[in-house]
Amino acid sequence: MDFKDTAEEAAFRAEVRAWLEANATPRQSAEETFGPDLTEDERVAAAKDWQRKKAEAGYAALTWPKEMGGRGAPPIQQVIYGQEEARFLVPARVFENSLGQCLPTVGAWASPELAAQYLPRGIRGDDIWCQLFSEPAAGSDTGNIRTRAERNGDEWVINGQKVWTSGAHFCDYGILLARSDWDQPKQKGLTMFILDLKADGVDARPIHQMSGEREFCEVFLNDVRIPDTHRLGEVNQGWTVMLSTLMHERMSIGGVLPTTLHETLVKLARNATWNGAPALDNDVVKARIADAYLSQKGVDLIISRGITALSKGQEPGPEMSILKLVAARGILDIASFAMELAGPEGMLGHEVLGDEYAFMQMMWLTAPGIRIAGGTEEIMRNTVAEYVLGLPREARTDKHVPFRELER
Amino acid sequence: MNFDFSDDQRLLQAEVQKMLAATSTSAEVRRCLEGEALYSQVTWRELLGMGAATAALPAEYGGAGLGYLELCLVAEEAGRHLAAVPLASGIYLAAEALSLGGSEAQKQAWLPRITAGDCIATAALGGAEGYLAGDAPRFDGTALSGSVLLPDGGAADVAVIQAGDDVVLLELSAAGVTREPLVSLDPTRPYARIRCDAAPAQALSGALAGKALAARVRNGAAVLLAFEQLGGAARSLDTAREYSLERKAFGRQVGSFQALKHKMADIYTGNELARAHAFYGAWALSTDAPELPLAAAAARVSATRAYTVAAEESIEIHGGIGFTWEMDCHLHYRRARYLGQLIGSEHAWRAQLADAVITEAA
Repeated sequence: MDFKDTAEEAAFRAEVRAWLEANATPRQSAEETFGPDLTEDERVAAAKDWQRKKAEAGYAALTWPKEMGGRGAPPIQQVIYGQEEARFLVPARVFENSLGQCLPTVGAWASPELAAQYLPRGIRGDDIWCQLFSEPAAGSDTGNIRTRAERNGDEWVINGQKVWTSGAHFCDYGILLARSDWDQPKQKGLTMFILDLKADGVDARPIHQMSGEREFCEVFLNDVRIPDTHRLGEVNQGWTVMLSTLMHERMSIGGVLPTTLHETLVKLARNATWNGAPALDNDVVKARIADAYLSQKGVDLIISRGITALSKGQEPGPEMSILKLVAARGILDIASFAMELAGPEGMLGHEVLGDEYAFMQMMWLTAPGIRIAGGTEEIMRNTVAEYVLGLPREARTDKHVPFRELER
Repeated sequence: MNFDFSDDQRLLQAEVQKMLAATSTSAEVRRCLEGEALYSQVTWRELLGMGAATAALPAEYGGAGLGYLELCLVAEEAGRHLAAVPLASGIYLAAEALSLGGSEAQKQAWLPRITAGDCIATAALGGAEGYLAGDAPRFDGTALSGSVLLPDGGAADVAVIQAGDDVVLLELSAAGVTREPLVSLDPTRPYARIRCDAAPAQALSGALAGKALAARVRNGAAVLLAFEQLGGAARSLDTAREYSLERKAFGRQVGSFQALKHKMADIYTGNELARAHAFYGAWALSTDAPELPLAAAAARVSATRAYTVAAEESIEIHGGIGFTWEMDCHLHYRRARYLGQLIGSEHAWRAQLADAVITEAA
């Protein structure tokens, strides 16, 4: 048992680190973010520049097969690259969906001509991709999609509305799941397409989130034409295609979850007082710091178990399914306690309290979203209960009924 | 990154699991519960005989000479099978104290007898909490006086005891030692009290001594106990899960109700969080890392939480039948509390954890 790289892993890490040192600025703290004062357009432009640099150096699509333009590297190298890149200030996340899920799906299901058209551009950062699955009435119940895809000769005509689409307003393409057959049960009448987000009839509007940010969009689709050549997989096999997309997510373990918030909490507690004495001497405060460590370091250690599996060429184990449950609740509890440390002053903005509070306040405002995104905690508990513990699946009254007949 | 046990270590665990499934049966554990035995001799003999209990002790003293990682997995199986043996008292605490803090002569005198099963050891190495007005043990360099609570004290032959700044070795047959078995809420791991009146004793006089030795042994025991707790917690969840699939109510398996599914998902989450910290503790213990006080405390707190919750909720998931003497649920309920308090409660360890986290963040 150890936390060391194998010789091969160490060599790859050294190579990556040398490249990053030559091409990016090291991060000074876990709370520091890339270009906090940039406009969105500037951020997206910076992300495209960074993606092109990565592609030229061969780091843009590490784990993809060589015939798809990747490097054919084992998943552990993607993890190592991610760990190293996290130590630098770079415009992360803009290409997460493109490279992580959308383009691998295109590579797996598109014709060779279509793949040749989109993959090289995607890897180089010329295009940004998004996922258009969720709808106002299809959140946890993704199969309840109502966006309509109607065949018209060599084309499909799309009408409907998508929601929670990451960055759709600056994306170029997306993979779109729509209902092609209303006489099939819900998951059997869906088809996957490549959508050109600049096409006529596509209207992407940013959603104003409770955190104040606008990272996600709702996307309205009015008589949007998609050539049949841009279909991914067979007609009515969209659900299978979507499951393959989600499979790609399983290998990208915990990359974006914070794991050092307990250290941030200690920093804040160092400045705080409790009944006139240092807060760090207070047993209640200390107990909360200990609990903060248990959840944050716990996330880190569970990720380490997953990385160990990847390093051995195995799939990560079932314990990965608790990551988000532990992380999301932990973030909310830690950020809340960080605010409580300051009593009534804890309600003041970081502009007043001090920069050191900025990250925790952002965590507090985004924690409710983290608890929901990618599956609510309730759905995650069902997943653990059903797929890990083998308990009975939820009763489903809609599984075999033609979608047309389902109650609206 | 290799944050896992090896295939060989897992094989050993499977062997121990097989042996304990056959030996440490519910009926055997219940002999102790009913007061018919102080510990399960057959289970203890097997655990020693196959070199499982002595995995971390050096071969020159009769140990298996494997290591702490192997002992962690043995502990997990002991917990899973509710082994009624002096494993925590005799191995995690006493033999470890001797091995780390004994002089060569002291190790030669006692460790081979312990590993051979000729002698049962126990230990009392301090702790944060107390209730009964005591007569704290005092050591004057040659003799020990005072009273001490000893886990498995009824069966033990020798004890390692912290007295002030010293850690001393006391033969329980020595002149001036009287012993009193005590009623305990987990009779499968019973307690006794000894009173010493100038009983001849000797300080452990190896490389590591006194409070530093006691602290190091407690930290190691915290990791090993965490694995025992993980085994018990996993077993409690398994039993509840199986019952929830058999039992029907309102025309359905009760395990199909989301209230129970989510409860079991939460138990699993607590168990796996504790497992991650226990693994880290195992790494720190086996590599003698400076992170041991931090990692041990985190393993201790999270595993104590996990087993306590799993044992409590296993009874709840069983419903009325879970509250009967015949079901083993209450054996876990009792054992979870015993293991969770043996070297001090989770609250005391949370304080140690906080101190370590604050120090590390500085």
